[in-house]
Amino acid sequence: MAQPRFTDRFGRPLVAVTGMGVITSLGEGKAANWAALTAGRSGIHRITRFPVEGLRTTIAGTVDFEGAEDFCAPKLSERLATTAATEAVAQSGLPAGDFPGALFVAVPPVEIEWPQRRALAEASGQAGDVTYADLLAAAETGAFAEWHDLFLFGTVADHLAERFGTKGSPISLSTACSSGATAIQLGVEAIRRGEAPAALCIGTDGSVHAEALIRFSLLSALSTQNAVPEEAAKPFSKNRDGFVMGEGAAALVLESAEHAHARGAEILGYVIGAGEKGDGFHRTRSSPDGAPIVAAIAAALEDAGIGPEAIDYVNAHGTGTPENDKMEAMGLMAVVGERMRSVPISSNKSMIGHTLTAAGAVEAVVSLMTIREGVIPPTINYHVPDPAIPLDVVPNVAREAKVGCVLSNSFGFGGQNTCLVLSAEPG
Amino acid sequence: MSERPEDRQDCDDRDVVVTGIGLVSCVGEGVEAHLAALAGGPAGVSRAGPWETGRFAPYPVRPAPALELSTQIPKKSDQRQMEPWQRLGVYAAGAALDSAGMKDDAELKARTHVIVAAGGGERDWDVDGQVLTAMRTHAAPDVLLNERLMSDVRPTLFLAQLSNLLAGNIAIVHGVTGASRTFMGEEQAGVDAIRIAHARIASGQTDVFLVGGSFNAERADSILAYALGRLAYAGPPAALADRTAPGFVLGSGGAFLVLEARAHARARGARILAEIAAVGSARTGRGEGALAETLGRLFDETGTGADARIVSGALGLPARDDAERAVLAARAPGATPIVTQDLVGHLMEAHAPAGVALAAGLIAAGEAREAAVTSIGHQRGAGLVRLRAA
Repeated sequence: MAQPRFTDRFGRPLVAVTGMGVITSLGEGKAANWAALTAGRSGIHRITRFPVEGLRTTIAGTVDFEGAEDFCAPKLSERLATTAATEAVAQSGLPAGDFPGALFVAVPPVEIEWPQRRALAEASGQAGDVTYADLLAAAETGAFAEWHDLFLFGTVADHLAERFGTKGSPISLSTACSSGATAIQLGVEAIRRGEAPAALCIGTDGSVHAEALIRFSLLSALSTQNAVPEEAAKPFSKNRDGFVMGEGAAALVLESAEHAHARGAEILGYVIGAGEKGDGFHRTRSSPDGAPIVAAIAAALEDAGIGPEAIDYVNAHGTGTPENDKMEAMGLMAVVGERMRSVPISSNKSMIGHTLTAAGAVEAVVSLMTIREGVIPPTINYHVPDPAIPLDVVPNVAREAKVGCVLSNSFGFGGQNTCLVLSAEPG
Repeated sequence: MSERPEDRQDCDDRDVVVTGIGLVSCVGEGVEAHLAALAGGPAGVSRAGPWETGRFAPYPVRPAPALELSTQIPKKSDQRQMEPWQRLGVYAAGAALDSAGMKDDAELKARTHVIVAAGGGERDWDVDGQVLTAMRTHAAPDVLLNERLMSDVRPTLFLAQLSNLLAGNIAIVHGVTGASRTFMGEEQAGVDAIRIAHARIASGQTDVFLVGGSFNAERADSILAYALGRLAYAGPPAALADRTAPGFVLGSGGAFLVLEARAHARARGARILAEIAAVGSARTGRGEGALAETLGRLFDETGTGADARIVSGALGLPARDDAERAVLAARAPGATPIVTQDLVGHLMEAHAPAGVALAAGLIAAGEAREAAVTSIGHQRGAGLVRLRAA
């Protein structure tokens, strides 16, 4: 048997994945999600969490089976993250509650929500026009003290750090819709620096409430094709008209290959490269020449020490907005060249919607499962090809294929572009 | 006679040095203005710069200074697209780039990485108030909420609220496009932003960073978050040591640092202001004993000596301040800490970066050889950043 390798081709500690967990609108756990994703089933449905009267978009991929009756975004985000991380840590075989490394968690920004604002307004006794002075007066009573911690940006990460016993100061981060990938990138960097033998990397998002949906709606980012919810998310199709909000979480246990080998852990795959590039063109739109997307993909390949010919499959950002899918295809064509026309690429978002902060992590887990299972989940709802996107989007039906190396893309508002290279082999 | 950096035995190409400082607060702009205010002594410090005591009574805040925004944010359209927290941050970031001599170096800025420590942005307070008023008597308040938000909220307000859009605006306005990451989590986010940038530079993963944050205290929605926990100071203007009630005074401001590898700074002929020798950061319980134990350990881990000038992130909250006082009495006896909050107010995510900016300024001005910046978060986390003459 060949001697196992513990360093990558640049001499850095090789980063293995030894545990994965996921929860989305399709279900809880890898098995349930994989079954649904490879069956081409959609988790998008009519929103029941709040009234949809007056809204342009009335569908989402919310997770409604995790105690949604007392919805509050940080609470649901924490529950989803806990579920995913519990599955991941259990699979890794590392001790529950005593994780030997740092926590990097992508969490949605938090703020006091409408139910709390209303309660404060009511408690203030203001019978005339309500202002923030009334809310401040109600706060002064101290009767609502627990909401302080609930709506701090660091709380979800702190609770997760406590539960899983991660080491050091946990990082809560946002790079908008590429946050989940950034959490993984931070973990890869920490292990390569030798700071710890492992990192727990999580992306979570349980923040579909009325105002969150309205915010994206006002930016015309959401699909408004509400009639058949399962068919609204149409990445790469000519008739795509926006993304569908989704919820979910995914967790990955990253571990130095040496540490994993020493304790006899099963290695599920490797994160062999990560790349990123900022875009200063516009707050929501990509540079028209696609240069930052190209640079992020190229940086990930360079970090992995491989050329574009090594990529067997692209797990797309693929939001289903007219802009994203066009730019993503253009960027891939620029880096991979003509071969890109025959490299399979698919968007998990066609089934689970855009899980926003969680997306990069969810899609990294799906990418690694694709490698392990030899099946590529499809891009569903692909019935009207877009001639501007001449790619093999694995339309509608899953496909068996030997996949050794995956490029997973994540792009976000604010010029965020993050790409990961996931691999069966050390690279 | 001071030793020259090149004579030092422990000098290394991957040392992390500060080459740029951008600091904006109620005191004014520029680290020099802040050092001048400090020179007035602790008693003068609490009065340096204005206090806003009326608009958010009973909570005083330290207001932002009047800024000539166009000097750092030339396009009016960019100014309009941002809310105050972003304008403060983008302004301070630009000042840091100026200070580092990078402003006109497009190639360098395009490979400079960014870590921003941030919370969220401003809400539309008028809309919130109107909606709450209308909801009170409406038969279907949640339906009303949908209708009013759809019609009354400015579509681009979301882009002034997203945590990562300060970094996004820095990319747009200043062309700093290596890549950005935004850390959230109150005070500790500021400590960890510096910690991660330091680690990435020291390990050779990245050469140059723009790191910092900003905070707008002049917004009731933000004060509300802390008022809920009875953590905001509600009393007359006073220095921390003179207050009779607990709580912190929020301040409006921005603090950014350019950090780079010593070899990188030398190669481009940058002026090195100070070295960040070590960054300690920990998750810790809130009891005085646990905090003191943690902070003491951070002194050890960072190798902070008894002569270090202390720049304190003290909050004005019991247990946290008591723990710090006890540790300082043991580790830096006789030190008179500079209390950042007394000077600029509590800048939350930007507070540790502001403390480091002050410490680097003191060292660059020759007023200290070594400095240590403390941070004990109001709800969680602790940090210690040690700087020394470069």
